Order: sequence, then C-alpha cells, then structure tokens
Amino acid sequence: MGLLLTERAAQEVKTILEQQKLDPASTFLRMGVKGGGCSGFSYSLDLTEGKSDMDEEFDVHGVKVVCDPKSYLYLNGTTLDFKDEVMGRGFVFSNPNATSSCGCGSSFTA
Amino acid sequence: MDSSQTGNMSEIIIGIDLGTTHSLVAYCDQAGPHIIRDQNGEGRLPSVLRFEPDGTVVVGWEARTHAVEQPRSTVFSIKRLMGRGYDELVAAGALEHLPYPVVKRGSETPGRDIAAVDVGEKLLTPPEISALILRELRERASRQFGREVRKAVITVPAYFDDAQRQATRDAGQIAGLEVLRIVNEPTAAALAYGLGVRGQLRARAVERPPGAGTTTDGSAPARGRAGSPQTPDPGAGDDDSLIAVYDLGGGTFDVSILRLCGGVFEVLSTHGNTRLGGDDLDREIVTLIYNEIEREFGINIDSPATQQGIRSLAENVKIRLTPAESAAVEVDLGRGRVYRRTIARAEFERLIAHWIDKTLTSCRQALRDAKVAAGDIRQVVLVGGCTRIPYVRRRVEELFKRAPYTALNPDEVVALGAAVQAGILAGLEKDALLLDVIPLSLGIETMGGAMGKLILRNTRIPCQATERFSTFVDGQTNVKINVLQGERELAKDCRSLGEFELRGLPPMPAGIPKILVTFLVDENGILNVSAIEERSRKATSIQIAPTHGLTPEEVRRMELESYEHAREDMTAHRLIDLRNQIAFDTAKAEQMLAKVGDELDPPYRTEIEQAMRELRRLGETSMDPDAMHRALNAFDRKAVQLAERAIVSTLRAEP
Repeated sequence: MGLLLTERAAQEVKTILEQQKLDPASTFLRMGVKGGGCSGFSYSLDLTEGKSDMDEEFDVHGVKVVCDPKSYLYLNGTTLDFKDEVMGRGFVFSNPNATSSCGCGSSFTA
Repeated sequence: MDSSQTGNMSEIIIGIDLGTTHSLVAYCDQAGPHIIRDQNGEGRLPSVLRFEPDGTVVVGWEARTHAVEQPRSTVFSIKRLMGRGYDELVAAGALEHLPYPVVKRGSETPGRDIAAVDVGEKLLTPPEISALILRELRERASRQFGREVRKAVITVPAYFDDAQRQATRDAGQIAGLEVLRIVNEPTAAALAYGLGVRGQLRARAVERPPGAGTTTDGSAPARGRAGSPQTPDPGAGDDDSLIAVYDLGGGTFDVSILRLCGGVFEVLSTHGNTRLGGDDLDREIVTLIYNEIEREFGINIDSPATQQGIRSLAENVKIRLTPAESAAVEVDLGRGRVYRRTIARAEFERLIAHWIDKTLTSCRQALRDAKVAAGDIRQVVLVGGCTRIPYVRRRVEELFKRAPYTALNPDEVVALGAAVQAGILAGLEKDALLLDVIPLSLGIETMGGAMGKLILRNTRIPCQATERFSTFVDGQTNVKINVLQGERELAKDCRSLGEFELRGLPPMPAGIPKILVTFLVDENGILNVSAIEERSRKATSIQIAPTHGLTPEEVRRMELESYEHAREDMTAHRLIDLRNQIAFDTAKAEQMLAKVGDELDPPYRTEIEQAMRELRRLGETSMDPDAMHRALNAFDRKAVQLAERAIVSTLRAEP
C-alpha cells in the first residue's frame, strides 16, 4: 500500500522546500505517528535530512517520503492532502487504519 | 572499560586541565568527551603534593587533607609560579602567602633566575612539580585504557604568556607526555559545548538554512502558521560569533571574550583577578558567623580546629544554598553554648554581591578591550564551581542579556573541551562530535509513566517544540518534570536526562493550570527545557547536553528496540492515557454530582451515576483500549447535561 500524497500536497511540499532553500534531492518529508494525544495517537510531519536504513521510503510526485517502521504500522495506506479552506489551511491525513479521529484532525485511533 | 570504545586504537590522546586548585583528565570517543575518574568516582585531582622525608610524593586528596598539619612539605597552587622568574615572583608578591619555601636557582639567562621549591632533599622547579601532577593523571588514564598513554592536549589560562606556556609544555614532557597542543581554557570550555567544532572538522562551512521544528499539532512543515516552531538565533554560535567565557573558580576569576571564525578561536581580550574566587565567598559566611558568635557569647574563635570547622561549614552552606532557599547552621561552642542560625539565600546573595560586582566590572572591561558590546555576545559559557550559584548565573545573564550555557559540570568543562580538541587531533569521525539532527526523540514523562515526545528523532537542529500540560490532582502546587530521551513509549524504557520541579503554583482544580513546556535545542545540540504556568507566570528551566555520553550503538539499540516493541508500546501508552482520562473525567463527574445531583431528573441521575461507576471499573480493570475509548466517549456525551447544569450553578453562585 505505502504512503500517498495528493498532487496538491506534493506541490505544497515543493513550495516549502523552495521557500526554505532546501535541497529536494537530500531532504525527505518524514511522516510519522507518536503516542499520546486525545485519540491515542497523533500525526507528525517534518522536513529532514536524517534517514535510517530501516525507514520505509517512497517517491510520490517527485517528493521523497520516509517513515519509520513503527509509525508505518499505523500509517500504511495513508494519503496526505493539503487543504486551503476558510476553516483552515494545512496538511490533512486520511488514514484507513484510523477508526476515529478527533476534532482537530491531528489525532486518531487505530 | 571496553577499549573498542576509544575510537582509533593506534592513538590515544588525552585532554588535561592542569588547574591551580584541581586538575582533571578526559578522553574522547564516539560518544563524545568523558572525564576519567578515580575509584571513588571523583574526576578532580587536587593540585596539591606532599613531599615525604623518604622521597616519596603524595599527590591529590590525601595531600590536601593533611596540608594544614604539614605546611612546609605540602606544595599547592604551583600553577601561579609556572614560567616566571624568581625576581618577577617576588616583585609581584606571589610568594608572600606560601607556607612552603621557594628559593632562587641560578640560570644562564641573566635577570631570569628560576624559582624553585625546596622540597627537602632537592630543589624542584614549578614544571617539575607540575609534571608530578600530570604523571598522576597520565597513570590514571593509562590504567583506564590498559596501555600507556603518551600524548596529550593541556589547557592554560588565556592570559598565560609564552614563558608560562613553554613551562607547561616542559611539565608535560617531564611527565612523559608529548604535548600536541596547548589550548586556552576558555577555548576548551567553548569546545566542550560544541562551539567551533564544526568549523574545525569541516573544511568549509556548509550553508544550511535553519531547521524546521516539530510541531505538536501535526501541521508541520508549514511553519509559522502554527506559531509553535521557531528558529532560535539562526546562524548563531558557529561562524564568526562572539563568545564570553566567565570562569569563577576556587581561587581565581577570569573572563575572556573569544571570536570564533571558521573554527578558529581568537582571544580578543581577557580580564580577571587571580586572587578572587570561591574562598572569598566562603569567607563572607565565616565572618558573619564569627561576628555573631562574638556578639552572642562574647567568644573569640581562636582554636585552629574550630576555625577550620567553621570554614568547612561556610563552604557547605554556600553549596547547600544552590538548590535550597535557606541553610541551617549550628556550631557547638562547648559548655552548653550552641550557636544556631538559618542563612537565607537572599542574605548570602547580599553578602557576596560586592565580589560578584567586581567580576562584572572585569567583564565590562574585557568587553571594552575587545571593542564589543554586551549585546554582541552570542554565547556565554560558565566555568568553575562558583558558577553553580544561582545569583552568579543571574548576574551574568543580566550583563550579557543571554542565558549562559550551564548544561555541563562547570568543574569539568575545561577538561572535556581539552578532550574534544584531542579527539579532533586524533581524527575521530566527525559524526562523533557533530550532529545535524536529533538522534533520539526528546520528551517528558507524563502521568502514569508514559513518554510524551515533544521533539522527534531525526528533526533537524536547531529546533523547538511547545506543548501544553496540566495538573491531575486538585490543588496541586508542584509539578515534577522528568526529561526523557528515547524511542520507546514508556518512561522506564527511556533514558532520563534530568528532572526539575515547577514549584509554588497557586492551588487550582485539576486540569485548570496551563503549563507550557518548551523544548529548545540550539545549533550546538544543547537542550533547554522550560516550563511556565500561564496564569501564575511561575516558571523554571533546566539545561542539558542530551548527546553527552550517548554512543551510536546505543542510539541504534534504542531504535531497533522501539520497532521490536512497536505495537505493545503504543498500546501500553494508549492504555495509560485512557486510564488517566477516565480517572479524570469520572472524578470531575463525581464533583459535579455532589454539587448539582439534587437538581437532576432522578432517572438521569441514576443513569449517570451508574455509567460513572461502570466506566471507573472499566478504567481500573480493562486492557482493551478500544472498548475503553468507546465507553469514555459515550460517557462524555451522556455527561453533557450534567456539565451544563454544573456550569449554570457556578454562574448562579457568583455575585
């Protein structure tokens, strides 16, 4: 299954890379989950040069995406989208593993 | 110890802080610099020697303990005599207070007669005596490595002239050490904090924009929007920056202004007082006690034993007043007379203020000499035991308008830096000394023993994250914050980096205080953890060097273990959080029922009471997080009516 980015999300990541003058060849979009949060887990997103040989790695619409094996257990099949709406602007996770998620959208239950 | 940890086996280079009162030895490996300790775990070796009539020499603690009994055969502060001619020392008055005999020994160079110490059988020069200290440290290192150590980096004060530096080299050579480099003490202190290491290791500075922080609301990397991640001082610290090193030791004070450019340190200015230190601060307390005893009992303390006792007591008070707000003092004067007194920290601060003023005057002079303003200083490094005193830290921070670096032991920081320099010379891999990313996640222990991560592994440095926490018990006034490092989900499986307490919160109901915990990792990898309660503005902080003593193997082990235990860890974390939430929500419901239960429809009241009991039982017994989560949500929905009633009642009660 892997991890997916919508084209809109990939475009946004590329814009940020450009704005922050980061090298797209050596910078990864790290998707992860961490324990805790109102629904049990919460998502994390970061741009980083650090990568472990154990990480899952995907190339989606020209963006290098990495995820550690622990997070991948809970993220496999997730699509990252970017929304720019009146109610808020930001990345949105759509995770088939999630059975419920909280109002803020950054926390979920698997 | 495992010799495979020493990096390049062919070449062990030690770093030595050859101090006036204490000396230390350190080495560097993959995990960074380490102090080499004696069998008691003590890193410091007093720079004190006793020469026995039979020719044996005792170095260190034993010699220091018996110094008072054998003044003429005990040599200390030899560093003050290094590389200086006899006449020069006499002119400077440097020999006046020394109980051991110093004589003039002829030299071929006219006008530069050598000073030598008469140790009974023979005359020894200061380098020869220093060599005995160095030999002791060298043997300590050789024992640790199980092989002879022959190479060293030795530190000297920034103000040492060529003759004093040469004398230090000579001392090393006499001790059988090839001195690869003489490093200024302030430079070593800066290196210990990682300042300038990058420049020394990399041929050219790599242009890199500041790191993206981790947000805790899942909205990174669109930074700035969330308002949480910020870049602390982009570019600070590494290239072309100004560093102040404030060194207040037992008997000497100095401050140095350094310019760091491309990994090269330049001492712009140095200022100080070689006769000002912790002993002066102790003496303030001694005088206070003497005066009060005289006033209260009409006694003059003249027995040397009592005098010595009060001196030790005073030093002890100074040390106790660092963590504590007050220290109790008791002196038994015999015949039923006991002097008792509590010394408050504020009182101690008033007593020592004029000494600290003097050090700050030196700082201002050093800034003027360097032709820079206090605000231009990018990093402030503290050295010497007295810089543990909160008052000293506060005053230094006020002057430089910048929180000083305090994460490392101020007694050990110079030796650690000498070892870093030794590591660079030995060609240790740059990875051992340099970090671009967070190697292991950083967080705090949350209620129930879970690890709440604030900064995730692999986040670029520098970075910052803030998260809001609250209290769990009504009226809770203290909150303990345990700073953790690791990938596992339970605190017990992570490494504790340090603990601190936010004290004196005004009593509030559980969950009401808003405690913002901020983790800030600066460009040198130093972690600052601060906690502030938003309503009362009570705040406290701690500084830690998180990579100190962390080997790449340990990082790897942590990583692999976290994958191995991924599911059970996550479930355990979730169970803890759910149990907390259930305990919290049912306790709140119970409080509300006690207040407005009588106003509720009896059937609803019965229903909610029963649901509360069931949920509580589930929270205490269940191991099924999904069932707990569903039950909690159902209960919270059910309790809405109760909560509304409670709010109305509260509003009614208010005038």
